[in-house]
Amino acid sequence: MSDTRTVRAARKAQVDSFSCVACGCCVPSCPRKAISIFKGMFATVDTELCVGCGKCAKACPAGFITVSEAAQ
Amino acid sequence: MKMKKKWYEYLWIFSAAYIVLGFFNILFAWLGLLCFLIPLVISIAGGGKAYCNLYCGRGRLLGLLGGRLGLSRGKEMPGLLKNRWFRYGFLAFFLIMFSNMLFVTYLVFSGAGSLREVVTLLWTIKLPWHWAYNSNVAPWVAQFAFGFYSVMLTSTVIGLAAMALYKPRSWCVFCPMGTMTQLICKAKNRRLLPKSEIQRT
Ligand code: SF4
Ligand code: SF4
Ligand code: SF4
Repeated sequence: MSDTRTVRAARKAQVDSFSCVACGCCVPSCPRKAISIFKGMFATVDTELCVGCGKCAKACPAGFITVSEAAQ
Repeated sequence: MKMKKKWYEYLWIFSAAYIVLGFFNILFAWLGLLCFLIPLVISIAGGGKAYCNLYCGRGRLLGLLGGRLGLSRGKEMPGLLKNRWFRYGFLAFFLIMFSNMLFVTYLVFSGAGSLREVVTLLWTIKLPWHWAYNSNVAPWVAQFAFGFYSVMLTSTVIGLAAMALYKPRSWCVFCPMGTMTQLICKAKNRRLLPKSEIQRT
């Protein structure tokens, strides 16, 4: 990862789906409508839409979302 | 840019009104069954957690008071409260206390117990509440109302405390209804769960 400095890795939101309680607090916070709750089980992020702004991470009451450079 | 508000964005009024109405007439507490049955029916019918995600007045009220009105410190909640086993334990405790409430109602119904016009806060503090009861309904109907209102008031108080101390909807992380509906969804969609999850549970 670190040796590809020239390629800009985009920052994306990632949900800790094991811990996520699917409360949905993060969903309306996303300006890109990138988050949805998968069958009432956990939140998922559409990485195509996500711009890494971090609003969802702030909205999650449990801090189960992190924004980092996505491993692609 | 401003979007028209959806009808469900006003559901916080229902939750606020529920608590207030119970001060005046305890029988309104029966309406609380809706907050109990609707989420279960939705998730059993395959609607996922649409109740939490859209329709829960409690969640909206906490979001409004803690968010728009700024009554929340907005701090991260402690690890214990968001631990999965704490959530399951809290659900179990909640269900035990709920069964106990049903049993007390049954005792009054069968004549083995007598109606107690108190609201029990946090499962221990007995608050006099007799002014809210003056009708001639069967005693067990009133007993259930006192019991159910106790459950709702207790969870509202804990919810407001969690809102003030941590983020607005921190209560939703360990809310027994939320945990229960998520468990139903996970049981229904077992095959879609990531492998890692199945191994860890
Ligand atoms: S980081 Fe921003 S764009 Fe990406 S999912 Fe979160 S809120 Fe949406
Ligand atoms: S706010 Fe947090 S816990 Fe709730 S659905 Fe989103 S990621 Fe999951
Ligand atoms: S977790 Fe509980 S309080 Fe929060 S939205 Fe769901 S049912 Fe309502």
